[in-house]
Formats: sequence, structure tokens, C-alpha cells
Amino acid sequence: MRLAGLIIAAFTGTVLLYSTVDFPAWGDPASPAGTHVSPHYLERGLEETSVPNIVTAVLADYRSFDTMFEATVIFAAGAVCVILLRIFGVHTRDRYYRHLLTGVTIHVIGDRKIPEDSEVFERIDALWVPHDVIISTISRILIPFIQLFALYVLAHGHHSPGGGFQGGVILGASVILMAISTNLRVSLERVGERTVALLAALGLLIYAGTGVLCMLSGGNYLDYGALAEWLPVDPVAARSLGILLVEIGVGVTVSATMIAIYRNLASSGRMDEGL
Amino acid sequence: MQDLLQLIAARYNYWLYIVLMMVGFYAMIAKNNLVKKIAGMSIFQTAIILFYISIGYKKDATIPILMHAPDGAHHAVHAADYVNPLPHVLMLTAIVVSVSTLGVALALAVKVYQSYGTLEEDEIRERMREENASQE
Repeated sequence: MRLAGLIIAAFTGTVLLYSTVDFPAWGDPASPAGTHVSPHYLERGLEETSVPNIVTAVLADYRSFDTMFEATVIFAAGAVCVILLRIFGVHTRDRYYRHLLTGVTIHVIGDRKIPEDSEVFERIDALWVPHDVIISTISRILIPFIQLFALYVLAHGHHSPGGGFQGGVILGASVILMAISTNLRVSLERVGERTVALLAALGLLIYAGTGVLCMLSGGNYLDYGALAEWLPVDPVAARSLGILLVEIGVGVTVSATMIAIYRNLASSGRMDEGL
Repeated sequence: MQDLLQLIAARYNYWLYIVLMMVGFYAMIAKNNLVKKIAGMSIFQTAIILFYISIGYKKDATIPILMHAPDGAHHAVHAADYVNPLPHVLMLTAIVVSVSTLGVALALAVKVYQSYGTLEEDEIRERMREENASQE
């Protein structure tokens, strides 16, 4: 298998290398990729959408159908992770508790437990390592700023590198950091499983709903210019606002999906203890 | 020899992405461990992303965010001054989709590990054969 793999990879690589002779040279401004539709985006994008970041304009306006189904793919991936891994109701693991005053660890066999709000005992993971004070403190200080930065990246995507996908991933990462620096239960208390599932669907609803809103205003699906009827702005500025709306939808879906994928993988679907 | 070197220097981005892609391709074919196969798939996807970004590059061009005056007035835009935004858009979504496919692949690997107790391909095949034999 090893030799066969090497031969196949070497053969495919050689064929691909041979084909590079016909490819445009590195940094060629007249390459086919940069000639047909891309100059139009660059030269007319600002006046057509009033968004200086052309990547955002192309992503959420010119190619908004594409982006909607990309968001759908992400939602589907998150749903598949939940369907494959999530186990409801079956309790198969023993629980471990730590006595806070003495540090003694208690192993509780079977489906018995000490109340979660107990002030004397603290639930710990089976593979528990003592909390590092530095890590948990720094994470606690950093998480609000990470979330604020995520919102900035999302909302400022029109004028700087950023947008819904990036902001959503950063927002999801902040909740994942919460789970890594303390434990999964703390992050589940803050952002519940049901909330995550609802948010993932809500993001797509915002995206698709924006398209329907455009239709109700008399335009085509996802033709944000029609939103000017509802908003006190001209059609070009309405495009920029429509882009912001769908970016928010994408951000919500992406962040919720990242959290769901992480939680299901880390706890193999049991949602009680993980990394 | 001189010609070959010139050829490589003019198109070294393709050479780099092909080498990286073949590393991932080889890992997907030849590695025995499922997680290593998934890592190979990730490298493969990264190579494709690098390929797309590199064909969008233009010499002496800047990022495709138009510079504009604070009062809203803007000057004529020359497409040659900004790199091609289209590959950036396509890869922006591809990165997130590749993370999602990675998530699904790892979820499947977790399920495989739960049913067979191993992630090595040959051991999984052996267990499947044993199960079939015990059923007959």
C-alpha cells in the first residue's frame, strides 16, 4: 500500500507539474483569473454596493447565493456531528467529585450523584488535571475581549478584513476556550446546548429571511437594493446594510456550529465531560 | 538546466502547492491510521487554498480593500493595483467548509473507535472479518 501510494502520488504530482507550463506566471496581472469578472468587481464594486472591502461585497452580494449554501453546508456539518455522536439520557460513566476542603477525590459508581449545587463537593472530569490558576484567570479576562473582537470583525467587515465567517469562528472559539480552560459543564451553563442549536438555525433564517424581505420589497431574492423601500437610505447604501444583515446571519450560524462540533467531539456526544 | 530553473522561478507557487498536495494525497492513500488520513485530507485542502490564493496575486498589488477618502469621495480604481478578490472569496468559504468536513470526519472516526476500539485500518478490517465469521 505504501509503495502503491508513493507511485500514485509521484505520478499525479509529475502530471500536475508538467501542466504548470501552461499556467500563468506568478503575479501576472493579465492571468485568466484576473481578467474577466474580477476587474468589474474592483472598479465598480464600491459604487454598486458602497462597500470598500471588495471581498465582502463579492461574498455577500455578487455571490450571495453561493454564500447562503456555504452556510447551509456548515449547518449541515454541525447537524451531522450531533446526529452521529450525541447520546441522550444514557449514563455510562462513573462520576468523580473532589472534596473542596481536603482535596480528596471521590469515585461514585453507577448512576448516583451528589447534587450539582453542593458547596462541599465539586464535580471533576475523569481525566482531571488540577486547574492552572494562570490559565483560568487569563482566559477569564481574555474571553470578553475575544468576544468583543469577534463582534468588531463581524461588523467592521465592510471596511477591513473580516466578515461573518471570521467573526463567527472567533466568537465560537471564545466559548471553546471557556470549555478548555475550565471544563465543559461551565461552558454548557453559559451557552446551553439548546441555545446553540437554535442559534445555528436562526443564523440561516436571518440569511434566508433577508432574501425573502428583498422579495417582499419588490426586488429579486437577495437583491438588497430593494430594501431601500423600508430603510431611510438610497438603494446603494441599502446594499451595504443588506450585506451586514446576511453577514450577521452567517456569523451566528458559524459560531454556533463550531461550538456544537467541538462539544460533541470533545465529550463523544455525552456532554458531561471533555477536554 | 538554465531554462528549467527559470521555469521553476516563474511558477514556484504551483510547485509548492503540488508538493504540499501530494504530501496530503500520499497520507490519504498510504497511512494506516484514520486520524492521519484525516490530517492528510486537511493538508490537501490547504494546498488547494494556497493554489487559489496564489493565482489571485498580481505583482505590486495590494489587498482588495479600496482606499477612500474620509469624506466619501473616491478616485478611479485600476484593477491592476489590487489583487483579485474572487479567489479570496472562494477560499474564505472553503476554509470554513474544510473545518466542517474535518469535524464530520473526526466524528466518524470517533464512531469507528467506539465500535472497533481502534483507529488502525488493518485492525478494523480484521475485526470486521472476525465479526462476519462469527455470524456465519
